[in-house]
Amino acid sequence: MSMLRYILRRLIRMVPTLIVISILTFVIIQLPPGDFFDSIQAQLAESESRAEQEAFDTLRKQYHLDQPLWKQYLYWVGGCLVGDFGYSFEWSRPVSELIGERLGLTFLMSFGALIFMWCVAIPIGIYSARNRLSFGDYALTFLAFIGLCVPGFLVALIAMHISVFWFGGSAGGLFSHEYQYAPWSLAKAWDLLKHLWVPVVVVGAAGTATMTRIMRTSMLDVMDEQYITTARAKGLAERWVIYKYAVRVAINPMISILGMQIPQLVSGSIIVAIVLGLPTTGPLFYRALETQDMYLAGTFLMLLAILLLLGNLLADILLALADPRIRFD
Amino acid sequence: MTDVTDAGNRDYTAGQWQLAWRKFKQNKVALGAGVVLCLMYLVTLLSGFVAPYEPDRRFSERPFVPPQGIHLWSERGFHWRPFVYGLEVTFDDKTGRRIYVRDNTALYPLQFFASGGAHGMLGFNSRLHLFGVDAPEAEGVFLFGTDRQGRDLFSRVLYGARVSLTIGLVGVFISVLLGTVLGVVSGYLGGWADELLQRTIEILRAFPQIPLWMALSAAIPADVDQLTAYFSITLILSFLGWTTLARMVRGKVLSLRTEEYILAAQLMGAGHARVIFRHLIPGVMGQIIVIATIAIPTMILAESSLSFLNLGIRPPMTSWGVLLQEGRSLTTLYFHQWLLMPAIFIFLVVLCFNFLGDGFRDAADPYSE
Repeated sequence: MSMLRYILRRLIRMVPTLIVISILTFVIIQLPPGDFFDSIQAQLAESESRAEQEAFDTLRKQYHLDQPLWKQYLYWVGGCLVGDFGYSFEWSRPVSELIGERLGLTFLMSFGALIFMWCVAIPIGIYSARNRLSFGDYALTFLAFIGLCVPGFLVALIAMHISVFWFGGSAGGLFSHEYQYAPWSLAKAWDLLKHLWVPVVVVGAAGTATMTRIMRTSMLDVMDEQYITTARAKGLAERWVIYKYAVRVAINPMISILGMQIPQLVSGSIIVAIVLGLPTTGPLFYRALETQDMYLAGTFLMLLAILLLLGNLLADILLALADPRIRFD
Repeated sequence: MTDVTDAGNRDYTAGQWQLAWRKFKQNKVALGAGVVLCLMYLVTLLSGFVAPYEPDRRFSERPFVPPQGIHLWSERGFHWRPFVYGLEVTFDDKTGRRIYVRDNTALYPLQFFASGGAHGMLGFNSRLHLFGVDAPEAEGVFLFGTDRQGRDLFSRVLYGARVSLTIGLVGVFISVLLGTVLGVVSGYLGGWADELLQRTIEILRAFPQIPLWMALSAAIPADVDQLTAYFSITLILSFLGWTTLARMVRGKVLSLRTEEYILAAQLMGAGHARVIFRHLIPGVMGQIIVIATIAIPTMILAESSLSFLNLGIRPPMTSWGVLLQEGRSLTTLYFHQWLLMPAIFIFLVVLCFNFLGDGFRDAADPYSE
């Protein structure tokens, strides 16, 4: 019961934060001088006819761009509350539709990267901690260091090179040509899986390095605890000591960052997705920034902020579930 | 015997910084990384002199030249002066691409302290270059090859370092200044100032870093002058960076505030300013340096990623991220891999800063084992 009350209290405390965040987002999105129609007009500068001018003015009126900023903000936030996130000028479609249809693949990719990170980082962390200062530990530590030092876009470029020139795959994207616009089928899903591993590995690479370090440190701390010595003294098999006693506790820091990782992966994958040309939300956001498609960019930024806040909460809840020593007051 | 007691005395009388330095020196990797970084910054300071050409000098007959080697031996035997071979251009029958073939008869010796194009930095102007080549106008020495427009990549990497290497330093300096001042104030004063700062940090940290950087950089007008663009990017990068530091400093100040030596200082009539600058900040300094060192590579990576996406530094200014924009196409990956050379430098710098930060972290707590 105390758990529910705690969650409720946290959610209520989020409301003022969210209001400030929405204002800040709106201000940031409004920062570039001019609006979407200005950038269109600049492109069409040669044919500056009166009719076009009027057409743009009508459009501006339709999207409240002629109103003062605070009114524009209220229109936008008011819409957000009922699920209407505004209209994308460039795509001529509602923002919710645009982001919605790309959200699935974005999360699929992030979850894939998350699973990849866990599957790689935990065994390596355990190995490194158990064989501390051995050759393997040094080699893996060095690899992790390298993983931290290579910018994501570079890893993406290299991965693209490998997949195109070594495996004869397609250059970026998540689908082969024949499946691009085909309806969903088993064959299409298989095609997706064949393409998905590249971004999953690339997006997961940097995080894996950090997580390996966390797991290793945590494991080392736990291995020094007295209850581990006790377990060994009782004559338990080493395998049992490690997996039943040590890892069970050492994994807590990993769980506590779990909630933060999905939003981090979504925002971290933006650059990789742009380089690889993936049909996820990242490239959509990038394009929206370039063309000043403000509602699209703003909504995406705000969704990520909300995701981050929820992730924070989720992290605390998960930690409490995993570690019964933690109490809510 | 005397040696042992001397060593013991030395440990007891050594100050915090002496102990830290002694511990840092033991970490050879961190020490090596520090030396490499010093060298890189020195070369960057002298980039105009070390680079044989200006960054926008075009060799119109020499696009996409692969990296050239410097030789001492030719068919005619040993040469006292290092030289580069001239190039002959042929065209691929099918694709029409240029293919450069070494011209074994044309040897162009390197000239050291050669006179070339004018360059200047911080008010010093000169025409002197570390090396150049004694060759006809159309030929040159291209250690890292050339790009699409026939510009020397080696020179461009050196000029790009001016932005890429300094933006992290300046950005971290701003973060440190802001983070320390606000952290100390909120930790020392407490009350509403503390509350306000904590809420601000909470909200700023709710924004995802990379998308926020992208959105803010997109707001920089494309036509601003280079200095404004540079400082805008720096400010954007420190916009979130100071929050980590402010939090850390505040926590540390909160725990130091109740220490007896602070109370003693206050009882002896020291004002707030004296307590803060004489007693609190030196106590946190070690940690600040550690966090700052670790923050620099993050900023360098961020700058290169943003510039790579054409959101940060924009041409004609160069940075390593701008140079890597050329690498976005598959043709580059296949035919002109040397254009990815700047990536090696980004990697090296970030690696060195991480090693250095690791060394500082161990040294910052000299009393631990």
